[in-house]
Amino acid sequence: MLEIKNLHVKLEDEDKQILKGVDLKVEAGKVHAIMGPNGSGKSTLSYVLSGRDGYEVTEGSAELEGEDILELEPEERAAAGMFLAFQYPVEIPGVGNMTFLRTAVNAQRKARGEDELSASDFLKEVRAKAKTLKIDADMLKRPVNVGFSGGEKKRNEILQMAMLEPKLCILDETDSGLDVDAMKLVAEGVNALRDEGRGFLVITHYQRLLDHIKPDVVHILAGGRIVKTGGPELALEVENNGYAGILAEEA
Amino acid sequence: MALPEVKQSATEARLSALTLPESGCLKAARQAALSRVQTMGLPSRRDEYWKYTKPDTLVQAEAPKAAVFHADETPMFNAFDRLNIVFVDGVFDAEASDDLSLEGVTIDRIEDICCKDIHWAKDLYGVLEARGQTPVERPLAALNTAFASDGVAIRVTGKVSKPVNFTYVHSDENSDAILHHVIRVESGAEVTILENGPAASRFNKCMEIDIADGGKLHLVRAQGRDHERRAATHLFARLGTESVFKSFTLTVNGVLTRNEAVIELTGDDAVAHIAGACVGDGDFHHDDTVFITHDAVNCESRQVFKKVLRNGATGVFQGKILVKEGAQKTDGYQISQSLLLDDDSQFLAKPELEIYADDVACSHGSTSGAIDEEGLFYLRSRGVPHAEATDLMTLAFLAEAVDEIEDAEIAADIVSRLEGWLARRR
Repeated sequence: MLEIKNLHVKLEDEDKQILKGVDLKVEAGKVHAIMGPNGSGKSTLSYVLSGRDGYEVTEGSAELEGEDILELEPEERAAAGMFLAFQYPVEIPGVGNMTFLRTAVNAQRKARGEDELSASDFLKEVRAKAKTLKIDADMLKRPVNVGFSGGEKKRNEILQMAMLEPKLCILDETDSGLDVDAMKLVAEGVNALRDEGRGFLVITHYQRLLDHIKPDVVHILAGGRIVKTGGPELALEVENNGYAGILAEEA
Repeated sequence: MALPEVKQSATEARLSALTLPESGCLKAARQAALSRVQTMGLPSRRDEYWKYTKPDTLVQAEAPKAAVFHADETPMFNAFDRLNIVFVDGVFDAEASDDLSLEGVTIDRIEDICCKDIHWAKDLYGVLEARGQTPVERPLAALNTAFASDGVAIRVTGKVSKPVNFTYVHSDENSDAILHHVIRVESGAEVTILENGPAASRFNKCMEIDIADGGKLHLVRAQGRDHERRAATHLFARLGTESVFKSFTLTVNGVLTRNEAVIELTGDDAVAHIAGACVGDGDFHHDDTVFITHDAVNCESRQVFKKVLRNGATGVFQGKILVKEGAQKTDGYQISQSLLLDDDSQFLAKPELEIYADDVACSHGSTSGAIDEEGLFYLRSRGVPHAEATDLMTLAFLAEAVDEIEDAEIAADIVSRLEGWLARRR
């Protein structure tokens, strides 16, 4: 599904190397978690994969189902099946949530040479999916993320994910700013999307999200490199010993 | 005081190209307006009020040539049930217009009024324009009052069932039109006025609106898409107690547009909203100049202007709220914003407040900015292509102004056309 090889990334504006050779392979149907201390490059990895400006790939490659995605525009990556659930979903005043969703769904279908979804089919689908995420009609009508609580924003991200049905979902600290109930709701939304054909990359500081979204593989990212890979037990080890312990072990 | 020589000769040159129409009961108003023009002189670049907009082409004797733009779409507002009044290059077209009778409203052509000795419009024609000359001179409006060759007088006496629509057709590339409309909304009466079209190569339009106590007038205009046309418009409105005036203007294209609005709130609890959305590309200069006077208690005024500018387009906003002594509980709001889609475009804003009452709430804000990159990336990351995402953000930026339109159908028509126009320009 996703194959990252020796990925080196620096900030475009300053001479600062963030990722220093990341190797990672996410298979279809699997959930990979990336954990790591602050400043280890977790968010940079998610932004580079989704095509945000401001980063320069100096070495290495990233392929989605064999296609080099680093040369693609963000919208082309999305059409290819990439989805990033933002750590801080952006507020867009003046653009209705529903308009936004419909535009996105149809733009992707068009890019893939599929027919656009009819207004009534779209509405039916969005209502059904919104309901399971406890997103009410009012939230759908409001401008994108404007006036949404932290939990509402994250649920809105998962709704987009559900509507767009990506092949690879990257969740960037989706647990930040969520209370226990909201986290459960979001996790249920994610789990409902788990599928043999879909890969997940879950980025988080803490183990608690992984109680709800059970990972198959856990990686520790530190200093711009993946320093350790293991099973779900690795997340527990982080929880018990902190990153310092693991890093000392690896050093 | 004698006028500076340059101004004097420019004014004379313009006046010599015009003749005062036959005017019956409007004769005194026209002559008074002419002497106002002669005293003030026509605007020049050195006038403070014209600091950001060059008036030369609006003042020169001959109208600059402007190609006629043939739009491949149904004219705006055509789908609505309405009473349509058509002017071609500033001349009333009886054949293309509807029958001018409609319940709750009487409509007379200025030309017909000119043959009469007595007409209600005599007490309005040129009156609000003359009042609007202080504290700031508006010579092009006085010129209009003196020389307007056509226009209508509308008297609204009831709740009018459908909008009165002006269609301004531009058909001659050398046309130079001067139109003057007067509208009197009687107590408790209500009307919607629509205006659409470029009107002429050069268009000088003046509209005087007098709203009696409890009257309501909604005005929505679209200024036509002819790239080379020029327009100087003036809107003078006087509001009585508990009356409502709401106006929205859409401007897309046009090499030069100056829209002045002079609104006086003279009765308590009156409400005046004036909004504008413009989209300019390249050789485009758009100026909104607004002067709102609060001269009564507990009135509300709102100015919302949004401009999208690219490829070196220029936007200007000069907006003033004057709160007179005793106009307590005034609620005045003013916002002017521009979205600059590149480094070559510019927005010049001069928001002003002048307040002589101590129990008022007035706010003004003006911003100028590029498209929000964060929002753009967010949209693109969901698969929305760059151009389409830019359009979505652009429409979102204009939304606050478009939202000022009360009628949802009219607003929807405007939004759908904006979508189409933006998409075609990509």
